[in-house]
Amino acid sequence: MTPEQRPNLFLRAYDSDAGYKFRRSPLTVLAGLILVLMIGAAMLAPWIAPFDPFDKASIDLFNALIPPAWQSGGDPAFLLGTDDQGRDLFSTILYGTRTSVFVGAISVALAVCAGVTFGLIAGYFGGLVDAVIMRIVDIQMTFPAIMVALLIDGVTRSFMTRDQHSEMAIVVIIIAMALSIWPQVARTVRASTMVEKSREYVLAAQVIGRGSGAILARHILPNVMGPVLVIATINLGVAILGEATLSFLGLGIPAGEPSLGTLIRIGNDFIFSGERWMLIYPGLTLALLVLSVNLLGDWLRDVLDPKLR
Amino acid sequence: MTLLSIQNLTVEYPGRKATFTAVRDVTLTLERGEILGLVGESGAGKSTIGTAIMGLLDRPGHVAGGRILLDGTDTTSIPDLLGARVSMIFQDPLTSLNPLYTVGQQLVETLRTHHRLTPPEARGKAVDLLDQVGIREPETRVDQYPHQFSGGMRQRVVIALALCSDPDLIIADEPTTALDVSVQAQILDLLCNLVKERGVGVILVTHDMGVIAQTADRVAVMYHGEVVEEGPTQQIIHAPRHAYTQSLLAAVPRGDRKLDRFPSLSYAPIGADVQTAPDLSLTSTWLRSKAPDVGTGASTKPLLSVKGLGIRFLTKNAILPRNRRYVDAVKGVTFDIARGEVLGLVGESGSGKSTVARMIAGIHPPDTGQILFDGQDIAARQGSHDRQALRRQIQMIFQDPFSSLNPRMRVRDIVAEPIHHNRLAGSGAETQKIVGDLLTIVGLGAAAGDRFPHEFSGGQRQRISIARALATRPRFLICDEPTSALDVSIQAQILNLLKDLRDALDLTVLFISHDLPVVRQMCDRVAVMQKGQICELSETERLFETPQNAYTQELIDLMPSLGPA
Repeated sequence: MTPEQRPNLFLRAYDSDAGYKFRRSPLTVLAGLILVLMIGAAMLAPWIAPFDPFDKASIDLFNALIPPAWQSGGDPAFLLGTDDQGRDLFSTILYGTRTSVFVGAISVALAVCAGVTFGLIAGYFGGLVDAVIMRIVDIQMTFPAIMVALLIDGVTRSFMTRDQHSEMAIVVIIIAMALSIWPQVARTVRASTMVEKSREYVLAAQVIGRGSGAILARHILPNVMGPVLVIATINLGVAILGEATLSFLGLGIPAGEPSLGTLIRIGNDFIFSGERWMLIYPGLTLALLVLSVNLLGDWLRDVLDPKLR
Repeated sequence: MTLLSIQNLTVEYPGRKATFTAVRDVTLTLERGEILGLVGESGAGKSTIGTAIMGLLDRPGHVAGGRILLDGTDTTSIPDLLGARVSMIFQDPLTSLNPLYTVGQQLVETLRTHHRLTPPEARGKAVDLLDQVGIREPETRVDQYPHQFSGGMRQRVVIALALCSDPDLIIADEPTTALDVSVQAQILDLLCNLVKERGVGVILVTHDMGVIAQTADRVAVMYHGEVVEEGPTQQIIHAPRHAYTQSLLAAVPRGDRKLDRFPSLSYAPIGADVQTAPDLSLTSTWLRSKAPDVGTGASTKPLLSVKGLGIRFLTKNAILPRNRRYVDAVKGVTFDIARGEVLGLVGESGSGKSTVARMIAGIHPPDTGQILFDGQDIAARQGSHDRQALRRQIQMIFQDPFSSLNPRMRVRDIVAEPIHHNRLAGSGAETQKIVGDLLTIVGLGAAAGDRFPHEFSGGQRQRISIARALATRPRFLICDEPTSALDVSIQAQILNLLKDLRDALDLTVLFISHDLPVVRQMCDRVAVMQKGQICELSETERLFETPQNAYTQELIDLMPSLGPA
C-alpha cells in the first residue's frame, strides 16, 4: 500500500473494530472522557490548582473548615471548601489524584514487567524453571497486599529514621502493590505462552534457528500482550484503591501529603461533626476514577477477546 | 411427499460496512431415504444452509428470504424441530460429546427427552443403538467415557445420538473430515445403510468429492452462496455441465495414475482477481546464486540419511524415574533421500510422521539414532556453530497456514527473518530486494510485504510460508501436510508451485501427507508409516500398483476415488 492510501493514525484508530466498539458504547465513551479529564487535571495540578497545598505560606488556619462555595458560609475562592488545616479541598484533590494515579501506574508498570518476564520464562521453558517460578507465584498470592505492605513498612521502620521513613512511604506502597499484582500477570502470561509456543509460527522460528530469547521477544511477547493489557488496566483500578486503602490505614502516604487515601482518612475524622464535604469529594473522585478505569478495562477485554468478536 | 423443501433461501450477515450474503436464492429438495450432497469450497455457504434449516444461525445472521419446509410445514413453526425432527452430526467427534458423562448417560438422557421411557428401558435402547451403529460389545462400552473410544468409534456414538429421537432429517456437516481414511469408509457405509433402513433424509455437507462419490444420491455444487449445478451424483461427477464443477473435479488429485502437473482449470467469475502464474526463470535472482558454504552437488551419496531414528514421549510423569511411563512415538526409522529426490511419508494420524519431520528439522532432539545430512550427523550437534550452517539448508513448510505465520508481524518481516538471522544480506535494502523477489516467485508480488498475514487467504498464506522457507536458500525442504488445510483448487496451485520450485531450484524434498492421491502425484519414492515405524518403502508406482505390506494394501484400497473415469 502506498503511504497516501494509509489514513492517519487517529482515523485508523477511529475506523478500527476497537474504535467502533468504543463509539457504540456511550458508557465507555463517558468513562474515557472522565478518565482523560481527571488524569489530565491531575497531571496539570501545579498549573491549574488555585492553591499549592505544599506551600505552607499560602495556608491560613483561619480558612479552616470552610464549606463548599454554594453552601451557606462558603467562600467563592474555595470551590469545594477547605479542610481542617485551611487547605483548599479542590487543589488537594487535584494533587491527591496525581499522587494516586502515579502510585497506581508505577506499581502496575513494575508488576507487568516482572509478571511478563517470569510468565514468559515459565511458560516457554517449562519443567523445573516453571515449577520454581509458579510456586513463588502461588506463595505470593497467599499474601494480601495489605499484609505485604505492613511487612515492608515494619521492616523499613526498624532501620530508618522517621523522616527517612516518610520519604520512603511512597516507595513502600508501590512495591507492595506491585508485589500483589505481578503473580496474576505472570499466571496469565504463562498460560498464553504455553498456547503460543506450540503454534507453528514458533516452530518455524525454531527451524530458522532463532534462539529462545529472540523467539520470546519477537514472536511470543507481541502475541501474549492482549490479555496483559486488560489485566493491567483493571489492576490500575485495584492499585489506586490499594493505595487509598493503605493511606487510609495510615501505612502509606504521610498525612501531610495529599493522596486520595489520606484525604479520605482526614475526612473520615470529621464525618460526625458535620464537615462531610471533606469525605464526600475525595471519595467521589476515587470512586469515579476507579469506575472509569474498570469500564475501560471491560471494553478492552471485549475488544481483545476473540471469543466475543 | 417431499421431506424437505428449501425455496429461494437467502441468508445474510449484516456487517458493519456491508451485508454479506452467505446463501443466495437456493432452492433444493430432499426425499426420504435420500442422501443429498452439498459440496463446495470453504466459504461457499454449504454449512450455512445446514444451520439455517436447524434455525441455529449465528447472530446477526438471519434468513433474509425464502422458506424451508419440512413435510410441507414451515420449519419456523415446528416447535420440536431440533432433536425430534432434525438431528445433526458435527465434524469433530471429540468436541461433540461431553467428556464428563459416559456414552450411556448421554444416550439415555437424549432418549428420555424424546420418548416416554423408564431408565432401564432407555438403557436397553441405548445398547441397541450402539449395536446398530456397529460398536462391538455394546453392553460394556455403554458405560465408558468418550475418551475411551477412538475417533471413528466416537463418531459412531455421535451418529447413535443423532438417531435417538428417530429424526426425519439428519444434517451431517463434514462427518468424516477429522477421521482417517480407513475409518471414513466405514462411517460412510454405516450412514448409507441407516438411511436406507430407516428412510431418513440426509444432507451431507462436505468439501470432499470422493466422499460425495461414495455416498450421495444427488449432489448440489455451491459456489459463493449459490447452487451452480445440481443433479444425480453420477452425472455431476462424470458429465459436469458448469465450468466451476469441472474445475473442481479436475483439481481433485487422481489416485490411479501419475500426471506431470495438476490440471488447474481455474474458474474465475467476472470481477475476481486472477492470480497470474509466477515467472520461474530464476537464473537471474538471488535464489540461484548458491550460498558460499554449500558443498558440491556432485556427490552420489544420499543428501539425507536417517538411521534407527527413535523418540519417546512421557505419558505419565513421576518423581521417581522408574514410575514414569513413556510411549515410543517413533522407533527405528531408517531411510535415505537422494539428491533431488522427493520422498513421500504417509500414514494415518498418530503414526509419527510429523515427529520424524520435526526431528530432522531440529525441533525435537531424537533419543536414539542418527540424522546424517550431507554426511554429517546433525542430531548430535545440538546448538553448535556447524549445526547452524547445516540447519540453514533444511527448511520446513507447515500444515496450518493460519498458525504458521506470526499474526503480529508484517509479511515483509516474516520473510526477512531467516535472512537477518543468518546474515545472508549485506544491507537492509538488499534484504528488501530479496524479500520482494521471493514474494514474486511464489506468486504474490512484492507489494504483499506491507500487509499482515490476516489479510491473506489460506492458499496465499501457504505461499508466504514457502517464501520464508526459501529465504535461506535451502537444499532440503520438509513439507508437513502443506495442503491438507486448503481447498482442492488451491491445493492444486500450491502443489504445482512446489513442483516448479523443486525443479527450478533442484530441491530435495520430504513430503508428508495422509492423502495418498497427492503423494502419488508428488513423490518419487514413498515410505508408509504405521505406529511409529516404517512398514514399507518403495518406488511410488510400484507401491501403488503392487503393495507388499498388508497395511499399505489396505490404505490403497480405501483410497477415495471418483469411480471409473
